[in-house]
Amino acid sequence: MLTLDHVGKTYPNGVRALENFTASVGPGEILAIVGGSGCGKSTLLRAVSGLDTPSQGRILLDGEVVKQPHAKIGIIFQEPRLLPWLTVAGNVGFGLEDRPKAERNARVADALARVGLSEKANVWPRELSGGQAQRVAIARALVPRPEVLLLDEPFSALDAFTRTDLQDHLLDLWADLKPTLILVTHDVDEAIVLADRIMVMQPMPGRLFDEIADDLPRPRDRQSAAFDFVKRRVLTALDRSLADGRPDGKPAASDADSGAAMWW
Amino acid sequence: MSLAPMTVAIEPAAAEQKPRTGGLPRWAGPALGLLLPLTLAVGWELAVRAGWSDGRLVPPPSVIYATFAELAETGELQRHALATLARVLAGFGIGVVTGTVFGAVTGYSAILRQLLDPSLQALRAIPSIAWVPLFILWLGIFEASKVTLIAVGVFFPVYLGVMGAVMSVDRKIVEVGRVFRLSGIQMVRRILLPAVLPAYVIALRSGLGLGWMFVVAAEFMGASEGLGFLLVDGQQLGKPAQIVAAIVAFAVIGKTTDWIVVGLTAPFLRWEDRARMGGN
Repeated sequence: MLTLDHVGKTYPNGVRALENFTASVGPGEILAIVGGSGCGKSTLLRAVSGLDTPSQGRILLDGEVVKQPHAKIGIIFQEPRLLPWLTVAGNVGFGLEDRPKAERNARVADALARVGLSEKANVWPRELSGGQAQRVAIARALVPRPEVLLLDEPFSALDAFTRTDLQDHLLDLWADLKPTLILVTHDVDEAIVLADRIMVMQPMPGRLFDEIADDLPRPRDRQSAAFDFVKRRVLTALDRSLADGRPDGKPAASDADSGAAMWW
Repeated sequence: MSLAPMTVAIEPAAAEQKPRTGGLPRWAGPALGLLLPLTLAVGWELAVRAGWSDGRLVPPPSVIYATFAELAETGELQRHALATLARVLAGFGIGVVTGTVFGAVTGYSAILRQLLDPSLQALRAIPSIAWVPLFILWLGIFEASKVTLIAVGVFFPVYLGVMGAVMSVDRKIVEVGRVFRLSGIQMVRRILLPAVLPAYVIALRSGLGLGWMFVVAAEFMGASEGLGFLLVDGQQLGKPAQIVAAIVAFAVIGKTTDWIVVGLTAPFLRWEDRARMGGN
């Protein structure tokens, strides 16, 4: 059980990126966090990963306060961030250096087989396509068997086909290991396909605006009417989250370049 | 030494030409680069043989070769080359170690950078030869002052290269290390060192190049052996062939040490995504 208890983050320059965020995420649950730019969703994820410390509140994993990167919490970034001087196998096994070689090799081979890249074990990262590199990053994050896996817009740099493919792939991997997933995204379809629960954030200062349950049966059909129905609810909430923060109470059409355009 | 980059630069052009000229053999590119110096050498040799010039101040290739052979036979060449090589290696070693340490700490810590870098940059602005009189007063005219001068020459490119490389290590890659909870030492060994290695090799090579430059200056200031001594000796006794022979020895040994640095580090840099220069 991951608990966020009144978490807030104020940067040294006085910007309040996140305010009073409270939530609990159960084991094996998939939570998606969506919102416009500056809503603090990435700040939130970095705080849970332990890369940044929150300035208010605390983050608890099974009752233990998370202050720095934790062995049971893994993260996948927007970019693969593979180490160019290690082979694919070396990257996947990066977190297992303290293990005996035989165990490390077996777990690396297993993880690479899971992401379908066994034959790429000995190539350099530069020889991979964008989608393959991100799969290696997923394998690297899964190898230490995290209880919680954080994903920071993990597929946003990929083309639409690869993105859909990797979303389905991620669900297969999740079904095997059942880690808690927290996904930050600005792609509403992605949130609906993957999540059990969708949190909509509001910008300036970043805070929780609305929470929408997503209990569509899996596997989810992106074309179905039920999918559309959830999508409309999320889009409405996003719309209102932006309108709410404005004096005139209307969503600003001129906000298109700040990321809001992604939803229409 | 300046010939080597020229041949490297020729090769891509030759590779481009290949399809157009219908398959020049692979050695054609390098051979093209050798055409000019060989023509000059052969031309000069013929000019001297034909009596158009006495070749006293500009000795023909055959005389240079004869001088080389003579120096090698008496063991003089080896003695002088070894003396010079030993000075370069000692100065290079000291310069690399200090340059690496200072570059690493100033690259890593902003406070140390603000503390040390302005002074070091000010020292760098001084032409290093200007130190020679002071080094002689402090350290005497023997090896210590020579090695120190070479070390100063090697220090600055290594220092600048390492500082720049450490400062430009990608924060995103460092975060990967943090996510996997690396300790300070592990972070250095598994993230920082491999990340700075390509820039470090370049810094080592420019440091080595300056080391060879400064050894000549050091040996000019009074030495009883060394290739620089051969140069001065050749000038004072009017033996231009000996001067040219020493210059050729510098070129060959200098280039060889550079190859050794490249060769020793190449296995660690196979991952680099380099544009393939040179055609093959």
